[in-house]
Order: sequence, then structure tokens, then C-alpha cells
Amino acid sequence: MPLLHRLVRTDSAVIFFTIDGVPCEGRAGDTVLTAVLCHTDRLRHSEFSGEPRAGFCQMGACQDCWVQLASGERLRACTTPLAEGMHIVTTRGRSHG
Amino acid sequence: MAERAPPLIVGAGPAGIRAAMTLVAAGLRPIVIDEGYACGGQIYRQPLSPDGRDAQARYGSEAAKATRLQRDFAALGAQVDYRPNTLLWNLRDASADSLRDGVSQRILHDGLILATGATDRVLPLPGWTLPGVFTLGGAQIALKAQGCAIGKRVVFAGSGPLLYLVAWQYMKAGVEVAAVLDAAPLSAKLHLLRALPLAPDIVLRGLRMAAELALHGTQVQLGVSGLRIEGEGRVARIVYQTGGRRHAIACDGIGYGLNLRSETQAADLAGCAFRFDPRDRAHLPVRDSSGRSSVAGVYLAGDGARIAGADAAELAGERAALALLEDRGLPHAPARAASLERRLVRIGRLRDALEAAFPFPAHWGADIADDTLLCRCEDISAGDARRAIGHFSLTDVNRLKAVTRIGMGRCQGRMCGAAAAELLAAQTGRDIGAVGRLRAQAPIKPIPLAMSLSVDERQHDPAH
Repeated sequence: MPLLHRLVRTDSAVIFFTIDGVPCEGRAGDTVLTAVLCHTDRLRHSEFSGEPRAGFCQMGACQDCWVQLASGERLRACTTPLAEGMHIVTTRGRSHG
Repeated sequence: MAERAPPLIVGAGPAGIRAAMTLVAAGLRPIVIDEGYACGGQIYRQPLSPDGRDAQARYGSEAAKATRLQRDFAALGAQVDYRPNTLLWNLRDASADSLRDGVSQRILHDGLILATGATDRVLPLPGWTLPGVFTLGGAQIALKAQGCAIGKRVVFAGSGPLLYLVAWQYMKAGVEVAAVLDAAPLSAKLHLLRALPLAPDIVLRGLRMAAELALHGTQVQLGVSGLRIEGEGRVARIVYQTGGRRHAIACDGIGYGLNLRSETQAADLAGCAFRFDPRDRAHLPVRDSSGRSSVAGVYLAGDGARIAGADAAELAGERAALALLEDRGLPHAPARAASLERRLVRIGRLRDALEAAFPFPAHWGADIADDTLLCRCEDISAGDARRAIGHFSLTDVNRLKAVTRIGMGRCQGRMCGAAAAELLAAQTGRDIGAVGRLRAQAPIKPIPLAMSLSVDERQHDPAH
């Protein structure tokens, strides 16, 4: 169940990416945060409690929205534009819970 | 005359833009670094790409200001060395360390204007880390810059003018706004009468928004306390108290905030003196009426120095730039400077009245339940903090940070710092101004370990 609901840009160009290996479609103009949360309700899991997190401030201050790419690279989802072919992993950190 | 390095402006919101324009008009070519991908700051944030909405649809009553500011900055063109997507992570002497696309670059500058803005001020609530809970500013950015709603049935809670503005914007966008839960009691709203003659348009607009929300079926509730957010893995409801009775409202998105807090880390690294500000309940960098800090060549403007809003930020940005020009021996328009200062005083009075109408719920600090997470970054609870305060007889937030790691995580205390101070003050019976302030440390925002140095920096750094 998505957390965010798109009100505009519904017919913007499609950007393909994956969440935990599942193919997804974002829209041109999406941040990574928007693209992921229009499909699901979490960006990552706390490395301490394993609880899901989905961002908070959306302005690059709280650092709650870090997501991991399959390559291991971490990026701040609220300030990073979605790019074609991103492979986003939300499940890491879960097993430590 | 030996060529001097350019001035550096940190932030491209209302204050940074007006500062840049003023310096350009005097013949300088400032460097402007900004974390955003486009100018405007958070208040006039632009979309990543056109989304079919015009300025009126995006910014509402502030459309004209937003458009003018963005157009003015764009018109500067190559007269400014504008570096978007660029993070400031350290300041030392006459250089700044910035990060863009994984590459760190040292910027040599002569004169520094800090226009770093603000973020939402928050206190921890049970359930505030659940997916679907965003700050008020975050909820607004989702709508304004990304064209997304944070839920289908949403609640806005906390305090401050933004509470009603964001709720109203969501309503106008066609989203069901179930409730506005305002921590301030009705008695505090009497301060709006004091604000009315200072800025009738702003006060009446706010009252109209509240009335329209109520007419639209939104429950507008004053004097709420005991907020608690519940849900399994995501927001399902918000629970609150009024007059000793508990209520619950089902919702799938929540915007929350208690006014704003200044982003002061850069001023701290620049060596600026700080002073406790009782109104904002925060230690803020000291500045005079022109925006000069305690450090020669460092100027402060906008909400990053003290919360005053976007209109004041524009004026203060221009005023601080005039001070820089004066200190550089350039023409500095003294009559204009005096006029700017008079207008800033007037807006300051308005802001004082607004802060009184939306007071910080000071008792919440003492009320935070032990099992509530205080630090979102490292999952440290209020109880952990209280035990450490008692065990080590702590009286200073930096000691609390050293012992518990609160304020040491990725956000560097931006989200938990106010709460840590309130909790420490409450437990030790001290005044909130007497428990110290979290000192900033570089890097003031997370930087990748694999960061590389730019060629430019290697050439300039004497260590290489």
C-alpha cells in the first residue's frame, strides 16, 4: 500500500526502477522518496530496532530517508532525483531487529 | 589593489537571493552554494520538472513573491557563481568545504553570509517514527514540490502558523483533512489581536483558513495534549486529549510540527558567539541590527539566525549584504539600510505576537513517556536519556550527548536537540536556557566516506 498519493504529473515520462527486485514505474520529476513511497510504505528499516522508516522532514535535515541501492551506495531519498534503472533495497537492517 | 576572494553566500532562499542581488549590484560576483536543485529555499521550493501547475496553484497567496524572487535570481545569470546541489559540511577561517556529486571542494572566500534557513521544530511523540508521519514542512514539500499528498485522510497537529496553512493547502488540493489539532489554547489566540494592526492581511488570511477548514468539515481542535500516533507498521490513527478526555481519529497521514527552528550549525563552525533566545527557546548566533555576527566578515540573515519568516528574510538578506559592502569599503546605501532595519523591527513585532499565539508547549518536554524514542537516528528513548541524566548527574546537553549519543546521529541533533534540552531542563529543574547548547561539529551533514577531493582543492591545500 503506497504512502504517498500522486495528484499531478500522472502522465509525465515513465522512469523504470526496482524496489527489492520488483520492477516499478516512477515519473519524471520524482525524487527517490516520492517514487518509492508511491509504491510502498517504507524506505528502509532502522538498523537498531528493525522498524520501518519512510522519511520525515523531506528537506534534507533529518536524514531519516536514507535508502540503499543494490550496489551498496546510500543516498538521501528526499533530495535525490529518481534515475532510470535504480535498484533500491528497503529490506536491509531488518534482520538486526 | 590585490584581487580579493569573492564573498560566499550559503543558502539560496529568500535571504540568500536578496543578498546575492545586492552584492551583484555593487559589482561583486558572489559564490552561492545551496543544497537545493533550484533556488527558492524551502518556502518557495520549485519542482524538479514542470508539473503542469502554475505559481498560483503551487504557492497560493505567496505566488507573486515566489515568482519575483525566482525570476530575479535567474536574471543574475553568470553574475553569480551559483552552485546548486551543493552541501556545506565544514567552515574554517576563510574557507568552506562543500560537497557536490560526491566531490569535496574547498571554497576560499572573503566575507560570508549565512542564510541557512530553518526546519520544523519537533518534540518526540509516541509513534512519531511510523511511516506516514511527516513534519508540517515535509507534508507541504510533498504537495508543493512533488505534487503528492501524504495520505488520503490526513491530520495536522502541533502549533504554529504553518499548521493551518498546510492543512488549508491540502484541503484546497482535494485531500480529506480530518482534523487540525492545535496545542495552543484559545486564550493564546488573543495575541492575534496584537498582530492584527501590524499585518491585518496575514492575520485575517489565517483566520479565514481556519474558518474554511471548519466549514469543510475539518475538526479544528485547540488546546490538545497527550498526542500519540498509533498503527502497525504505518499510521492508522492519532490519539489526543482535550479537557481531560481522550479522543482518537483514524487517518493515514500526519503532518506535525511546533513552529520552526533555526539552522545554526554553520554559524557555530564559523565561530559566532551564541546567546539564549527566550522566545525561540534556543541558543542563537548573536547579531546586530545589520546582520553582523560576532566574527568579522561573517553575516547572518533570515530564519537561520532567528525565526522571522520569508518576508523578513528577504529584507535581512539585503541588509546583511549592505553591511558586507560597507565593511569592504564599497558604496553601501545607508538610507536604504536604515529603511530595511525599520521594516525588520516591524516584522519582528508581528512575529513576537504570532509566536505568542502559537506558544511552544513547554510542559511536553516533561511529559514525554520513557518508552518514546527521543533520537530517531539511533533509537535512543527518553527513558535512556533520563536514566543517564540521573546516573551521571548531568546538567549540560553536550555531556548528555557524550554519554547517550543523543544528538550525535546522522541528523546531528536537528530533530532531537530541542527535546533533549527540554527533557534535561525538566528533570534537573533548570531553566531551558541554562542547560547549554549542542555544539556543531564538522561534518555538519553526513558525507560519504568515499568522497574524493577535487583537483582544485588538491592544488590549493598546502597539505598536499
